[in-house]
Amino acid sequence: MITLRVNGNDRQVDADPDTPLLYVLRDDLGLNAAKFGCGLGQCGACTVIVDGKAVLSCVTPLLLLEGRHVTTLEGLGTVANPAPIQRAFIEEQAAQCGYCIPGIMMRAQALLMRRARPDDAEIRAALAPHLCRCGTHMRILSAIHRAARLMDTADLSPTSERVR
Amino acid sequence: MRRWRGSASLLAALFVVGGFGVVAFVWWPAIAAIAPPARRSFDDAAIRRGRDLAAIGNCSSCHSLRGGKAFAGGLPVPTPFGAIFSTNITPDVDSGIGGWSEAAFRRAMRSGVDRDGRHLYPTFPYDHFTDVTDDDDGALYAYLMTRDPVYAPARQNLVSFPFDQRWLIAGWKLLFLRQGHDRSDPTRSAEWNRGAYLVEGLAHCGACHTPRNALGAERKDATFAGGDVDNWQAYALNSQSPAQVGWGKAALSAYLREGFHPDHGTARGPMAEVVRNLATVPAADVQAIAAYMADIFGPRSPDAPPQPRRQDVTVAIADAGRLPGDSGTAIYTAACATCHESGRPLPYGGINLARSTALSAPQPTNLANIVLAGVRPVEGEHSPIMPGFADSMDDRQVAALLSYLRTRFGKGPPWANVDQSIRDARRTQTADLHPPTTLDNAPVDPPQRGKK
Repeated sequence: MITLRVNGNDRQVDADPDTPLLYVLRDDLGLNAAKFGCGLGQCGACTVIVDGKAVLSCVTPLLLLEGRHVTTLEGLGTVANPAPIQRAFIEEQAAQCGYCIPGIMMRAQALLMRRARPDDAEIRAALAPHLCRCGTHMRILSAIHRAARLMDTADLSPTSERVR
Repeated sequence: MRRWRGSASLLAALFVVGGFGVVAFVWWPAIAAIAPPARRSFDDAAIRRGRDLAAIGNCSSCHSLRGGKAFAGGLPVPTPFGAIFSTNITPDVDSGIGGWSEAAFRRAMRSGVDRDGRHLYPTFPYDHFTDVTDDDDGALYAYLMTRDPVYAPARQNLVSFPFDQRWLIAGWKLLFLRQGHDRSDPTRSAEWNRGAYLVEGLAHCGACHTPRNALGAERKDATFAGGDVDNWQAYALNSQSPAQVGWGKAALSAYLREGFHPDHGTARGPMAEVVRNLATVPAADVQAIAAYMADIFGPRSPDAPPQPRRQDVTVAIADAGRLPGDSGTAIYTAACATCHESGRPLPYGGINLARSTALSAPQPTNLANIVLAGVRPVEGEHSPIMPGFADSMDDRQVAALLSYLRTRFGKGPPWANVDQSIRDARRTQTADLHPPTTLDNAPVDPPQRGKK
């Protein structure tokens, strides 16, 4: 049994220590926002936040995560009460098929936590590890700028203190 | 302290030598500015050859900012004396070399003096470029003078007194700049001779791969013995090479064009830019470079260990999942072996680590860089890939992994400075992740594979 801290809660997981975090999130904990894309850490669909940094969960074995805080998209907000990053993506209609979007949102969230008002160049540089085949890139850029503006209003990010 | 005294006495020596140099070497006349020559005045074939020569010389690597305009300069080159900024070599009249005649260009290449007669810092490797032929200088000039002019004034170098005194460079040249080499060897093949000309001249391989003395000159007693550049190690290319499998001409030729070789690893850091440029030049020139460098490496030592085979390094992954804790072994098995022992072919599989030069290098610098930053795919290229682990592993875990890899796959004693290397790699990587703005998706000089 391994204890994993996910979205603020300690979860007991019965998995081998070399199991990729992504498999545990999806198969054992039922957190399906992070997606399996390439399994090689090359597409970004599996991105989650660990201790405030965007991490590719498909190439991160459990044994690296002892005592660390994992945040998934489910930990940011809910359908009823979306986090600023989620609200911004909805308002900009930034998803087409949507498969890459949870990973991109987590990377954008990590970026916005260390840089409140990134410019286009910084967003593009940060999102370089993510692939999107539908091509909603321009809307994704707009959504991240919108999220940055939304986060300026403190009461719109009620759950953000859970992200560490 | 001792090192500083050594530098101080060398500095004093430099002043003395500089004193003698004043009369004979310091003063160079300005060469009159010209109106930029028209595109028509250059021969198409010369421009095309100049393009290949500029790629062999890796000019764009220093004379362009990532994401900036090609050849517009502005890159800070760190030296022990301060940062020297590369300059604009586009044909802009006001801020580039638009007003330079071919004679002025050739003088800069051969003697390290700009059109105004000012001494150039040897960060511009004229100690190598001095050997470029008139003909090749002419082709390079034709190529550069037909690029798009970009207005980009030179930035002020960040060097303090006395190194901001350019006349001192005349003393440096007196000590270290040797002109008029004749490296041709009639007993060798034409290919070897071509390789010697390129390697020692325009390609300036020694600028990174030869260690430098206290005054920043390449040590002639340690040619190709390995150097440091931008927090990467440029490995020794002579008999001291740390490669686990000896280099041969065929391997060198493939590596320099493809950017990876199954027996050696992948070209990363500044070398990635070199191979990206070499991928675009005529194969014969890369083969010539390979022929000459194979000779520099020397014959494979007869008592070198036998070449490892993949089955020698494959562990039974089956039980590994139960390894306790986050020891180096456990991390390797869980995070690395899944690719590096997958048997997937290169470049998308992991290299056989028992053949990776990084694990046998004298310092863990390059390995730390790669584990943290990974290997980004090159846009539009069939290139190696690896995710970086900077944000998923903490320093202790990386240190455990590096030490394990050294013991398991490397040769040589355990590394003494793993922790410092990891901190340096993290610092470099942070600078890399926060690039200056005006970043653009377009590569600086898109590879032109298949053009020949």
